[in-house]
Amino acid sequence: MNWEVGSGLNIASVLIVVIVIAAMLIWVERRLLGFWQDRLGPNRVGPFGLLQVVADMIKIFTKEDWVPPFSDRFSFVLAPGIIMIVILMSFSVIPFAPGVGVINSNIAVLFVLAMASLGAYSVMLGGLSSNNKYALLGSLRAAAQMVSYEVFMGISLLGVVALAGSFNLREIVVAQENGWFIVPQFVGFVIFLIAGVAESHRLPFDIPEAEQEICAGYHTEYSGMKFGMFFVGEYLGLVLISSLITVLFFGGWHGPLLPPIVWFVIKAAIFIAFFILLRAAIPRPRYDQLMTYGWLFLLPLSLLNLLITGALILL
Amino acid sequence: MPTSTNTAFTKQNRQSAAHVAVDYLQSVLGDRLLCKQQTVDSIPTLWFSRESIIQALTILRNESFAGARFEMLLDLTAIDERARINRQEQPESDFTVVYHLMSFSGNADLRLKVPLHDSDLRTPTTCDLWPNANWYEREVWDMFGIRFDGHPNLYRLVLPPTWKGHALRKEHPARATEMEPFALNDEQTDVEQEALKFKPEEWGMKRASDDSEFMFLNLGPNHPSVHGAFRIAVQLDGEILVDAVPDIGYHHRGAEKMGERQSWHTFIPYTDRIDYLGGVMNNLPYVMAVEKMAGIEVPERVKVIRVMLSEMFRICSHLLFYGTFAQDVGQLSPIFYMFVERERIFNIIESICGARMHPGWFRIGGVAQDLPKGWDTRIRELLEFMPPRLDEYDSMVMNNGILKRRTQGVGAYTTQEAFDWGVTGAGLRATGLEWDMRKQRPYSGYENFEFDVPIAANGDCYDRCAVRVEEMRQSLRIIKQCVDNMPSGDYKSSHPLTTPPRKENTMQDIETLINHFLNVSWGPVIPPNEVSMSIEATKGINSYYLISDGSTTSYRTRIRTPSFAHLQMIPAISRGFMVSDLIAIIASIDFVMADVDR
Repeated sequence: MNWEVGSGLNIASVLIVVIVIAAMLIWVERRLLGFWQDRLGPNRVGPFGLLQVVADMIKIFTKEDWVPPFSDRFSFVLAPGIIMIVILMSFSVIPFAPGVGVINSNIAVLFVLAMASLGAYSVMLGGLSSNNKYALLGSLRAAAQMVSYEVFMGISLLGVVALAGSFNLREIVVAQENGWFIVPQFVGFVIFLIAGVAESHRLPFDIPEAEQEICAGYHTEYSGMKFGMFFVGEYLGLVLISSLITVLFFGGWHGPLLPPIVWFVIKAAIFIAFFILLRAAIPRPRYDQLMTYGWLFLLPLSLLNLLITGALILL
Repeated sequence: MPTSTNTAFTKQNRQSAAHVAVDYLQSVLGDRLLCKQQTVDSIPTLWFSRESIIQALTILRNESFAGARFEMLLDLTAIDERARINRQEQPESDFTVVYHLMSFSGNADLRLKVPLHDSDLRTPTTCDLWPNANWYEREVWDMFGIRFDGHPNLYRLVLPPTWKGHALRKEHPARATEMEPFALNDEQTDVEQEALKFKPEEWGMKRASDDSEFMFLNLGPNHPSVHGAFRIAVQLDGEILVDAVPDIGYHHRGAEKMGERQSWHTFIPYTDRIDYLGGVMNNLPYVMAVEKMAGIEVPERVKVIRVMLSEMFRICSHLLFYGTFAQDVGQLSPIFYMFVERERIFNIIESICGARMHPGWFRIGGVAQDLPKGWDTRIRELLEFMPPRLDEYDSMVMNNGILKRRTQGVGAYTTQEAFDWGVTGAGLRATGLEWDMRKQRPYSGYENFEFDVPIAANGDCYDRCAVRVEEMRQSLRIIKQCVDNMPSGDYKSSHPLTTPPRKENTMQDIETLINHFLNVSWGPVIPPNEVSMSIEATKGINSYYLISDGSTTSYRTRIRTPSFAHLQMIPAISRGFMVSDLIAIIASIDFVMADVDR
């Protein structure tokens, strides 16, 4: 078997590695939060508690797979599948290293944005089909938040696209060989980072599932493996956003001495840790505050960023 | 944070406003005044018939006496008098309704009583005068079966809606073994569940407005942010809160009823569990009330030990509040840091009392034991350790922009509204009124300590938190003064009613031996009287109103808790806000459900 972008072995490795990393992140996040919060975190199962993930998985797989009788069965079962599928699909266009990746697509950026839009359906359907008031509130919030922040996410990327002259993520990485886009596109990076947190609805933007307010929000009624899919989906989203930041703003696999794939992993890992730190540090804004912030501040700012970038390129 | 140290009102001041009021009432309603009762706490107690009680209360609320008004209905409760022996000179009565009014401007108290007869248990409502009378009257209806004419929704409050009988009546059983064994079959379960269903029409709520249909969301009894078992039925228009109905009673354990069964001494551990974050501070008003009735003067050392431990529990309680407040607006980490101090304080308390959260360590006439050797080492360490960490929490929580935006201007009320709803403690001080029982009516030697009473201006969620944060610093100041100036002497009074009594002389003379034997086996017999004792507890004014009928148990134990009044206010301050704000408001109130339901 050959090893090139799109080969069977490549696809299988990417799929497995991404899912395993997402699952391991459950442990990583809990240990890191423990570290930052002056406590231990899971340290009992296996060395450093590493097998906690296995224990969690055994539990989640053997749990009763309950579909509430008052729910809309079809969409209830469909919803957690959607989030897993769309995020895994997004990974297909991520250029991990030269020769490592699933597809070399010319519309990769658009593809990622499209998949993110589809991801909103998962959350909305999950909440609506549960027929639960907390879930309904959660999915209403999710719909508003994800649809809004998609807009800024898209616009914030256009600066990078304009600089690289391509929608192809591989070409965007190649274009950063002599300088990362974080420098000319700092504003774009900040907006993308904020929108990314909002899209993956993690604290501080976990408004659709704000535990203290609406229990577990859209996935209140979910249990067992279906809950597990939402859960792992969230971590997959986290890995995806970190990978995208690496690819778009931090030169992807570029870096001295170490092999490209290692550089990619290091950079993505730093962002993952950053997102976890964010969760430990910041309180949650109110849902209308988040909306106001997005539409009245981020939107004009991202448009301005695009305008200036365009003007500079033309000059 | 503006703070100031104004001098405490003198006792003369306190009595003058109350006496002017009594004289005035006597001149206006003289012929309708049934009796002036003498109580050991020297709170003037006036008896009125139910026909003239509203008139008397209206005068007290609206008129000014020596420049003071009676702004707050601190407590409203009842007494089942039918089994009481020692009530000479009081009007004939089967059930007595008791109104406890408090004047903040005059720093005075007044007690009004209405005698009622078994055949006709009804009296007019005072909901129009004080909105907080609503829950108190519902509780009295629930517990005694006294009807309040004109009450908007006189449903049971604390006991389940399906309950038979009125629990604080003397004929109602006090123990499970006196009742049929409890069973809940499917049929009954359905009945109980149906009874708990929220029916908006019962509360005068519409199911839809002209242009939208409301959603009724049942927040609780189990919900991550209600801090215990507490239910609020909210009426939502989108995410905007139109109205809310708090529903309590899920944590009710009949503490007041237990007070009538336990001996004066054995009730002390039950008080610990009222405000379960307040620990021994709960013992304080109770033992001080009993001491007042028994005429016990406690040694100076006891007073300082009590103050020191109470302030430690105040810090513990405020730390937990601080952490959960941050957590409820979505900040996950502070609570873990705050538990470090909390743990240190609990270690100190454990080394002094032997238990952590509920030591039940104060005794009638003293404390359980003397301080152990080297007790001050860990406390001095804490005094060094904590202040810099409090500053760090300020930058983490109080100065956080998102937290400010979530809590400033949310759930605000004025001092007047606070009076109307019976709000005390930090919630009252956050509105700008500098009122702290420890300053205004010093008890247990608080007059000897130097500390400030922190206040804020806006009365919103943020200010309520800010006041408590500053209070922790002041508590540390008090603890430091305790450590530096701990008087020597006895840890127990030599009064014969001190429980357990001192043992040294039991082998020397028969009187002491008999006294010791009786107090240990039966418990002390407290002379018949009535007393009410209030302290500045962790959450506001906690007050014990005890009636002794000259026996080994209390005839009536009324526990006035701050959280009860505060919860009642939730709908009034959260209308028009969003669900997230409601959570912030609930978090800022700082209640524990045991303190509400008792």
